[in-house]
Amino acid sequence: MLGEGIVKGLAETARNFLGSYVSKDRLTTVQYPEERLPQIEAARNFPFLVYDGEDWQQGMRCVSCLICEKECPPKCISIEKSKDKKLDASGKPQFYPTVFNIDVSVCMSCQICVEVCPFDAIKMDVDFELSTKDRFGDLLWNKERLSKSNEYYREIHPTEAAAVDAQLAEERAKLEAKSKLAAEAKAAAAATVPAQPAVGATAEK
Amino acid sequence: MSATTAATAHFTPKPSTDGGEGQLLEVSMGPQHPSTHGVFRMDVALDGERVVKLKPVFGYLHRNHEKIAETETYLGSMPYTDRLDYLCSITNNWAYALAVEKLAGIQVPERAEYLRVITGELTRLQNHTSVIGFLLQDMGASGTPLMYAFREREKVLDLFESLTGSRMMCNYMRFGGCRADMPAGWLQQAQKVVEAFPRFLDEFERLLSGNEILMARTQGVGVLSKELAVDAGITGPMLRGSGVNYDIRKVDKYGIYERFSFKVPLGEHGDVYDRYMVRLLEMRESVKILQQAMRDVPPGPIMDAKTKLRGFRPKAGEAYGRIESPKGELGFYLISDGSPNPYRYRVRPPSLVNLTVLEDMCLGQNVADIVVILGSIDFILGEVDR
Amino acid sequence: MNLETIKSEIEANVPGCRLEIVPNNSPSGQHSLLIDSETALTVARFLRDAAHLRFDYCSNVTGIDWPGKEISEKVKIKKILDGVEQEVEEIQKTQSAGHLEAVYHLYSMEKKHGPVILRMRTEDRADRIHLPSLTPIWRSAEFQEREIFDLYGIVFDGHPDLRRILMWDGFEDHPMRRDYVEPDDYEYEPTPHDAVLQKAKQHLSETGGR
Ligand code: SF4
Ligand code: SF4
Repeated sequence: MLGEGIVKGLAETARNFLGSYVSKDRLTTVQYPEERLPQIEAARNFPFLVYDGEDWQQGMRCVSCLICEKECPPKCISIEKSKDKKLDASGKPQFYPTVFNIDVSVCMSCQICVEVCPFDAIKMDVDFELSTKDRFGDLLWNKERLSKSNEYYREIHPTEAAAVDAQLAEERAKLEAKSKLAAEAKAAAAATVPAQPAVGATAEK
Repeated sequence: MSATTAATAHFTPKPSTDGGEGQLLEVSMGPQHPSTHGVFRMDVALDGERVVKLKPVFGYLHRNHEKIAETETYLGSMPYTDRLDYLCSITNNWAYALAVEKLAGIQVPERAEYLRVITGELTRLQNHTSVIGFLLQDMGASGTPLMYAFREREKVLDLFESLTGSRMMCNYMRFGGCRADMPAGWLQQAQKVVEAFPRFLDEFERLLSGNEILMARTQGVGVLSKELAVDAGITGPMLRGSGVNYDIRKVDKYGIYERFSFKVPLGEHGDVYDRYMVRLLEMRESVKILQQAMRDVPPGPIMDAKTKLRGFRPKAGEAYGRIESPKGELGFYLISDGSPNPYRYRVRPPSLVNLTVLEDMCLGQNVADIVVILGSIDFILGEVDR
Repeated sequence: MNLETIKSEIEANVPGCRLEIVPNNSPSGQHSLLIDSETALTVARFLRDAAHLRFDYCSNVTGIDWPGKEISEKVKIKKILDGVEQEVEEIQKTQSAGHLEAVYHLYSMEKKHGPVILRMRTEDRADRIHLPSLTPIWRSAEFQEREIFDLYGIVFDGHPDLRRILMWDGFEDHPMRRDYVEPDDYEYEPTPHDAVLQKAKQHLSETGGR
């Protein structure tokens, strides 16, 4: 019968309409911004720079190796390397970026900078409410704007951050053990070498 | 939006030579027309309602992707491939990764192959749902079918987001594997989505497949003959809608596709309705592949340990790698001269080649049918214009 | 499907054709067949129609630019030095003409095999840039050859509708050529890094801030 298919289809629409009162599955609308979907952990938007501890300048992990600047496909990162070194969070002297800009109007959120950074210094943010009035100045983010604490990183990507923390801690422990060994060896060497002058010293007396 | 109010943009009436008989109306459809799904123009000549000439005009979205890729590293081109066919970033990644793997002789670990099949078939599901939704939207079924389709697509996109971090620009694959492993609970969630999917397909078929208006608008419209389809290099659901059994997943058996049992749905008449049905049936087959793949994902690494992404320099040579993307044959042709950037990087876009038979399908049809035929081709201008 | 056998079969069936296998050293092992432009159509028709080959599907058609290279050769020439004729070694530099190349990837939908890769080369990059169009054999080449014409500037003789496709009609150059220089006429965005910033500054100073 002509029209049978249409009637069947309308029955399906009616089922969906009525179903939307009882089933969450059929009513998928979310009233943003009052309501929000839960944040998905792996989400990525724009990069930020991680710092350890309290002071963003002191704790910045980036050592200005320029790898991300080179690898970024649309070339939206620009870094100027410092001439001097500062102590990083673990007390090692490191270079730091005097300028670190990301033009987020060019950035395509591809995460390549995160993948290539050997120092876990740059990570992806999840913040997406970033509209501004100035098309140029407000979308060129500088070092200060980009810096976010490690606590924040742990908050937005807990699993990933835990892995990074563990790995960094391991590296640091290894480094410490190594420097301790080196120090011990030095101390040992220092202990044996001065022994002779000491003898000589007594002889001089 | 109604399909019949289609083209009013610009026209130049020709002076009539024989008392009004045979007078043609030239209409420029697009580039800012909703049915073209982007910026695409057709110069159409009409005799009354009938199409007598149709010339597609491309290039509004041209950005010379291929030239950009020649200045990028091999890794750096990967995120750009996302933007070709922006509905199916994962299959674009796959095709590119496959070509680089052929070029450099890279082996992909088992688990990564499974991840590729799973994400690739999920991509096919979400592409076909949205294409069918848009096709009906183009026909004037404003809203309902598209919204139902998008509701389902949303579930797949959520899966993509929790796996790759992004809903559409996934940038997921790397030559030698995949970038991220499944987070805890992802597989279960994906299984749930896949198990629920046939229910949606049933619903969609009840809603539409028997609908008399749909049949009247699609059956016998935009017929593409088998011979022309092969000659013009049409691939994907369009080719199979015309009844040619050619699916690169079966022919090339790239990745691990020979491990799964699935059928290749074929059409009979090569009209818009057949293309619609082929896509619906293909989704059911994708669900089968997904169920098999998710059942036996092996543990293991997801990246080839020997392949380094930074400073990657394949030996001089060339390779052509192709896959069955949801739109058809997506191929990448790469030439390396041993430097960190490809010497030549070429995308073989299924969307562009499938569009080339538009005129043949539209001749003799009504103006309003152009919109329906165009919707059944399934093209994305990011890929057509590159 | 061995390329050697295909080559000898073509040679047996198409008299007067000059074929050459272009080896490919990458792990992909996809060697290609260089065909000459005089017999190209006959060769292509043979590949499409021969019952056991049936390459009915031309998948990918693309161009490649091989600009001329500077070739330095050591030559011995006689010169008169300090009144004595001597043989001196000099480095002579010559510029080779380079060429443009069109590549066709063929598959068979009927026999489900492939690919066979065909190449054609122009004589140089300036004015002897004509190649025969293979669109009469495979219609799928039509738009892709148009694209090569647009982006590389190869002129395909016998093409039914050779116009620009991606660039606009009044455009002059061929942007995919390797020596293409982009025109300095677009709006620059102030991206912060060096090369673009320099260019933007220069552009702004030249155009008076526009
Ligand atoms: S996310 Fe991608 S585009 Fe953005 S700064 Fe990092 S590498 Fe560059
Ligand atoms: S963010 Fe990482 S890759 Fe970039 S300069 Fe700093 S340390 Fe190097």
